[in-house]
Amino acid sequence: MNGAHDLGGKHGFGPIDQSQTENFIHQWEETVFGLTLTCGMLGQWNLDQSRFARERTDPVHYLSSTYYEHWLHGLELLLVETGMISSDELSSGIASSKTKLSAANPEIVQTIIYSGAPTQLPERTTNRFSLNQAVKVKSGNPKTHTRVPSYVKGVAGTISKLHGTHIYADEHAMSGNKVPEHLYCVRFEGEDIWGRDAEPNSCVFIDLFEPYLTSI
Amino acid sequence: MTEDNGHKHHHAPPSEIEERVKKLESLLVDKKLVDPLSLDLLIDTYQNRVGPRNGAAVVAHAWTNVDYRKRLLQDATPAIMEMGYAGRQGEHMVCVENTPEIHNMVVCTLCSCYPWPVLGLPPTWYKASSYRSRAVSEPRAVLKEFGTDLNPDVEVRVWDSTAEIRYLVLPMQPAGTENYTEEQLASLVTRDTMIGVTQVTLN
Repeated sequence: MNGAHDLGGKHGFGPIDQSQTENFIHQWEETVFGLTLTCGMLGQWNLDQSRFARERTDPVHYLSSTYYEHWLHGLELLLVETGMISSDELSSGIASSKTKLSAANPEIVQTIIYSGAPTQLPERTTNRFSLNQAVKVKSGNPKTHTRVPSYVKGVAGTISKLHGTHIYADEHAMSGNKVPEHLYCVRFEGEDIWGRDAEPNSCVFIDLFEPYLTSI
Repeated sequence: MTEDNGHKHHHAPPSEIEERVKKLESLLVDKKLVDPLSLDLLIDTYQNRVGPRNGAAVVAHAWTNVDYRKRLLQDATPAIMEMGYAGRQGEHMVCVENTPEIHNMVVCTLCSCYPWPVLGLPPTWYKASSYRSRAVSEPRAVLKEFGTDLNPDVEVRVWDSTAEIRYLVLPMQPAGTENYTEEQLASLVTRDTMIGVTQVTLN
């Protein structure tokens, strides 16, 4: 979806506030961060589904709220959608049902922090595109989760690196299935994206899945 | 950290959000979906244990060891793991090298992807709309705001980390530091130099 999160190249946000060097501004943000990670470790949703939940924040609210408010919105949505809590429990704060899931203990959490969740999968298909090949990003306007930023749709670029096959984010967000797709790093020249408004001598590299691309 | 710590932010959330978060936290603990010790562990890990000192150690090691530098630039994930750094949001790492001809900077326009094991969690400005929107369309203007004024001959490469590959910038080693120890070099390397918005200096 091309919601308010799809920010590349948008105007009007003003200068960068470099005084904001901290990871968390408020203590509640730390809690939201910790709750999101520890609940995520129960396996009821994956990373792409959590991103999609945040993206579904009302666009007006998304742009007028802080980063961890997006996370809070996403967490509440996922907890209710997966049935981990009911909407009544969410609004009352009082537990009225039991769940078979049990919290991730510190040992499990420690293991997951340091092992991570690699997304690379064994290559079962041959890559369609090769190094230095000219490609174009397909047009499209899916309402579902995707990792194509709007600003490169329809733009031509060059394959600069092959990353192997990874879990295809779009499908992962929809069905939860780990479908392998080739992932490429594509180089786009600034002027191919921004035309005459591009800054000189600049380019953008974006990691894009094979279904996003077409040969030219 | 307190509410009134002097930071400027345009959208100060109302205290009702604190209550909303407290209510959710106690509900999840009551339902045994969250272990409070795990919550503390996660916050402590990313507030106090994992941060840009890790990345600085990687950079300093690359500056002082030609073979390591080569390994880091060829296949960053195992090279970073050699230094003991791995895990969430660093599963697939790529290291990009600044040179007199090329300057690299990293952004995530769609969310705020960031290489946690080497840099910790991202600063607020990295997650804010102005950096995410402008880094790709006017990187030189953004760099200038950070005090990085590049010669027009220098190619600016922006890495928009949209998939699960995470990027670490290997900054240029400043002149005059040839005899520094690895520890001394690491102390010069800041978070912003590894995001690529600034360059390493002796000051």
